[in-house]
Amino acid sequence: MIHSLFLVNASGDIFLEKHWKSVVSRSVCDYFFEAQERATEPENVPPVIPTPHHYLISVLRHRIYFVAVIQSEVPPLFVIEFLHRVVDTFQDYFGVCTEAAIKDNVVVVYELLEEMLDNGFPLATESNILKELIKPPTILRTMVNTITGLTNVGEQLPTGQLSVVPWRRTGVKYTNNEAYFDVVEEIDAIIDKSGSTITAEIQGVIDACVKLTGMPDLTLSFMNPRLLDDVSFHPCVRFKRWEAERILSFIPPDGNFRLLSYHVSSQNLVAIPVYVKHNITFREGSSQGRFDLTLGPKQTMGKAVESVLVSSQLPRGVLNANLNPSQGTYTFDPVTKLLSWDVGKINPQKLPSLKGTMSLQAGASKPDENPTINIQFKIQQMAISGLKVNRLDMYGEKYKPFKGIKYMTKAGKFQVRT
Amino acid sequence: MTDSKYFTTTKKGEIFELKAELNSDKKEKKKEAVKKVIASMTVGKDVSALFPDVVNCMQTDNLELKKLVYLYLMNYAKSQPDMAIMAVNTFVKDCEDPNPLIRALAVRTMGCIRVDKITEYLCEPLRKCLKDEDPYVRKTAAVCVAKLHDINAQLVEDQGFLDTLKDLISDSNPMVVANAVAALSEIAESHPNSNLLDLNPQTINKLLTALNECTEWGQIFILDCLANYTPRDDRESQSICERVTPRLSHANSAVVLSAVKVLMKFMEMLPKDLDYYGTLLKKLAPPLVTLLSAEPELQYVALRNINLIVQRRPEILKHEMKVFFVKYNDPIYVKLEKLDIMIRLASQANIAQVLAELKEYATEVDVDFVRKAVRAIGRCAIKVEQSAERCVSTLLDLIQTKVNYVVQEAIVVIKDIFRKYPNKYESVIATLCENLDSLDEPEARAAMIWIVGEYAERIDNADELLESFLEGFHDESTQVQLQLLTAIVKLFLKKPTETQELVQQVLSLATQDSDNPDLRDRGYIYWRLLSTDPVAAKEVVLAEKPLISEETDLIEPTLLEELICHIGTLASVYHKPPSAFVEGSRGVQHKRLPGSAGSGESVDSPDPASAAGVTEAPPAVIPSQGDLLGDLLNLDLTPPTATGPPPAPSSGMQLGAMDLLGGGLDSLMGDESEPLGGDIGGSAAMGAGFGAAPAAMPASFNAPVSGGLDDLFDLGGSVGMPMGAYSPPKTVWLPAMKAKGLEISGTFARRAGVIQMEMTLTNKAMSVMTDFAIQFNRNSFGLAPAGPLQVLTPLSPNQSIEVSLPLSTVGPVMKMEPLTNLQVAVKNNIDVFYFSCQYPISMLFVEDGKMERQVFLATWKDIPNDNESQFQIKDCHLNSDAASNKLQGSNVFTIAKRTVEGQDMLYQSTKLTNGIWVLAELRVQAGNPNYTVSLKCRAPEVSQCVFQSYEAMLKN
Repeated sequence: MIHSLFLVNASGDIFLEKHWKSVVSRSVCDYFFEAQERATEPENVPPVIPTPHHYLISVLRHRIYFVAVIQSEVPPLFVIEFLHRVVDTFQDYFGVCTEAAIKDNVVVVYELLEEMLDNGFPLATESNILKELIKPPTILRTMVNTITGLTNVGEQLPTGQLSVVPWRRTGVKYTNNEAYFDVVEEIDAIIDKSGSTITAEIQGVIDACVKLTGMPDLTLSFMNPRLLDDVSFHPCVRFKRWEAERILSFIPPDGNFRLLSYHVSSQNLVAIPVYVKHNITFREGSSQGRFDLTLGPKQTMGKAVESVLVSSQLPRGVLNANLNPSQGTYTFDPVTKLLSWDVGKINPQKLPSLKGTMSLQAGASKPDENPTINIQFKIQQMAISGLKVNRLDMYGEKYKPFKGIKYMTKAGKFQVRT
Repeated sequence: MTDSKYFTTTKKGEIFELKAELNSDKKEKKKEAVKKVIASMTVGKDVSALFPDVVNCMQTDNLELKKLVYLYLMNYAKSQPDMAIMAVNTFVKDCEDPNPLIRALAVRTMGCIRVDKITEYLCEPLRKCLKDEDPYVRKTAAVCVAKLHDINAQLVEDQGFLDTLKDLISDSNPMVVANAVAALSEIAESHPNSNLLDLNPQTINKLLTALNECTEWGQIFILDCLANYTPRDDRESQSICERVTPRLSHANSAVVLSAVKVLMKFMEMLPKDLDYYGTLLKKLAPPLVTLLSAEPELQYVALRNINLIVQRRPEILKHEMKVFFVKYNDPIYVKLEKLDIMIRLASQANIAQVLAELKEYATEVDVDFVRKAVRAIGRCAIKVEQSAERCVSTLLDLIQTKVNYVVQEAIVVIKDIFRKYPNKYESVIATLCENLDSLDEPEARAAMIWIVGEYAERIDNADELLESFLEGFHDESTQVQLQLLTAIVKLFLKKPTETQELVQQVLSLATQDSDNPDLRDRGYIYWRLLSTDPVAAKEVVLAEKPLISEETDLIEPTLLEELICHIGTLASVYHKPPSAFVEGSRGVQHKRLPGSAGSGESVDSPDPASAAGVTEAPPAVIPSQGDLLGDLLNLDLTPPTATGPPPAPSSGMQLGAMDLLGGGLDSLMGDESEPLGGDIGGSAAMGAGFGAAPAAMPASFNAPVSGGLDDLFDLGGSVGMPMGAYSPPKTVWLPAMKAKGLEISGTFARRAGVIQMEMTLTNKAMSVMTDFAIQFNRNSFGLAPAGPLQVLTPLSPNQSIEVSLPLSTVGPVMKMEPLTNLQVAVKNNIDVFYFSCQYPISMLFVEDGKMERQVFLATWKDIPNDNESQFQIKDCHLNSDAASNKLQGSNVFTIAKRTVEGQDMLYQSTKLTNGIWVLAELRVQAGNPNYTVSLKCRAPEVSQCVFQSYEAMLKN
């Protein structure tokens, strides 16, 4: 099981270590640093690194490496999942997961890590339970604690931990009972030079914020549940009921949680909400290149495409870019060669464009690689897969909750090759 | 205010100040002080000097303060064991606390204090906590047993904690069950042979029930444990699969992958025509695809496992090619894995798409990735024949880009394509030659030289091209030098008139000016060949080469099977069996996929014994790139006793030449100093030397040792006549298609105290085979040929010959997996072939394996119980005397017999060739066809093999 955990910052310093069994010397991280040095980019450090006596399994999040040390055969996914859970918990507790935040809350961090893992076995990883055991630090609570002498640590056994619904705490009370669901879909796509789709898939999630008194039992049904053939559920969802009736039936955790995530595969037809017309050319022998990019909406069911951000890694030979955006602003970093253009909202009547020239090193041969264009965007009130919630019902409690549902589509890894 | 204030006091008197604060009367001040101490500890400062002061704070009602002190204790108790005792009382008191949270916390912390003195005090509280009324305490205590075992294994066993832990598997609370399973699995890892997790249908049922209700982490432990179970039949297998399938929809990817492992393993037992089998296959694809949309680290592990899954069951993901397409900002380790899987999934149906993608990748920025993409195009060409032409033209397009490393990589793969489809794409050679000057990497240069040499007759200026390389001969790497030597010899044989000078030049460079023995040897061989008999030289050097196939980069089937059983583990990430790298796993049990029910597996071996165990493992064909190869190639193929070529005058010159390449070269090389240069065409001296070789052959060949069923054994016992040693039926070790027409099937037998390897060599090729020689790789018991392989006459097409090769056990020893695995190289005039087979361990039972009764008794007691393993032999209908007789035939000696309540207990001893004694107790009940064998041995690794032999011997 997991032996130790080291947190390493971007400059390669270990700023926190935690051991669950015997102490492993921090020199074990030298192997990690070696791998880090070899990797060209921070994210290219391999996630599993063997050393003579241990294995190092790491994840990189928020520019911090979480390096777990293991000694025996342990499923690596188990370790990686756990590390991600640690990061999520930190973020949940401190709002952000940065070196500063962790250092500022080092005692809470230690208490959390101790509570999450016992001898390398996961103990309590549900945020609901952890929050009952260890109260998240808030300015108000810190002040109250200093005045009254109370502590951050709960005195009671977390009740949820042993019930049949371990994810929900008992005795929940709200004056306003509300349940909100966000259907968020990210579209991943690769579009080739000519504009045709090579692959496109949708990663969807339904995130919920449920603040309901007592032990509500909810059912959520869809207009078109057939779309969901590849789903991962929160443990609260009754799988049998889904299999038989395609209805989500569950007793929700208290607060924010991810009800399900789903995947609409590349085999289904996926609508592509934007198109790009591009013309990026370099001529042999000339020290100038042409850059011409136009964006336009398609298949958006009349909804506006917003928060559009275009970025592209231009070839190394490009010295500078002199471009003219029809709207928004653009930047070009001559060191990293990253071009980014903050477009904003696409107006279908007047399509945004970015045109101009790129200057190349004089005398250099024309670059070999073609830049790929990365596009980010958001479309409100639409799920691109067409998924629609039919109704939400509550059983087990008498009051009438307030219900709400929101849809949104975002670009995930949306890439256009040129 | 934040915790960072705890870091700010770094003045000199820090420790002193903290000490004062810790001893303060004010609770608040105390707590702040402890927090400061903890903060210092986390950044690696030594605050152990404060130990007594911190421990004094432990007796408090404040839960947070208590937890902080516990944190401190866990960190420093090891360095201050005497002081740690001070804390024991508080721990024991806390274990009785009315609040279960405190009880659990106390037992948890005590387990983390790795001090021997404390562990003694831990036992009583732990025992109570394991039976606590509160499940939260029980589940914490279960993990504590594993901790204690890690510190003091003997103590845990003596105190009976293991049994209590086993009882917890039946606990009513699913979390307790999950933790008990997790603890037992961890303990079992350091005790590979103990039956800690005794899985039977009842426990499986309990685990499956708990699986639905426990936390995600508990599900992982339970699924991994389930994967070790072997269902009794396909119905049980199906019902487990049905109950595990819902786990595929779990949000935790580790749960998903563990479920995939269970399903992949149990699927093996389902008949393929079952509807459910098809349903299951369909259900496996979506969760695997979903894993690829997770974080890159998860993707990486998932991809490594998918790589195994697509090799075992390509049908699962055959329609999902697109999800493996590479995004330009994927981390490099994800890109490379995706590429590998794309090639594995490439088929005629999707090859166009794949090629378009690969071509796109070849223009990316990352050099490693680009290279691999170009190589991938070559692999596609070799894998999908229909696509070869398109691949070649894609590669030519890439060569036109003139990007240096792309060109070099393309040339290397085009060489491979030539070797797969000879005489098809040679038209592109001209384009390749244009890029000759830009090649600066040895591999690319060697590939280009090979191409020029191989197709010298079609390249007008081949001699000029090769000559240009020759100028810097000494600066080239060995790889290039060897290629150049061969290429020029080929050229000479094709165009002898114009290139005489060139060949002399390269031969003298290789033989006289080089320090590299390989190069020199190769140079001399060519030289002599050319000078002796150009016709023979032509046959040797320009012989038709075997085609290469895509199988070379597949994982060897037996390894693949084992890895499938380890999906989701480190083994699956490294594609190595767990025994190869996990530290501290002594003698890891090899896992096998269960055989499918009612499949045609035993069609070619109707003998029940073949299904029973001994010959269960089909001989594995070793891929040419396995690590074994290196080992075997280093061996001199012809053992010293067989230096002479066999008398085969009819086959004349050609055979002699072949032998020159294999064995007795040394004797011919005596006159190395005088170069035989110039007069190519056969000098008299050389001819004589050549002819002398057959004369040097040993005058008398030992007659093959006759098989001796009639040989009498030293019976020495009271139990009638033995029936001769058991020998399994012959199985095919080396199929003809893997060995250019040579088929070898064989078995092992022990006759008159000599181990015999009995083989049938069949020539299924069109030409005569001669010059057989055999060599073994190092193996567990040092088996080695005791004489040369006796094939006296050339083997004509469609002829079979029976050979019996006596073996000795004095060869070099190396532990093999499985233990009785034997890797063999066989050479003939065509090539060298490698195969591996398994011998029944009963071959190694020696004749003097009968132990004195007293010695037996003492030894039995002396061997620790850990080393005892028990097995069941089912459906054996012999009575105890007959069984004893039968076993004695194979040198398993019955020392004593006892009858208790109608049950015959036979006490038996066996000795292996390397002196290992195996003691056995065989229990036979009249009328019950199921025997129980208990084996005790100082080297418990052999038990499994011995048991298999028992089963085979008794059932034969």
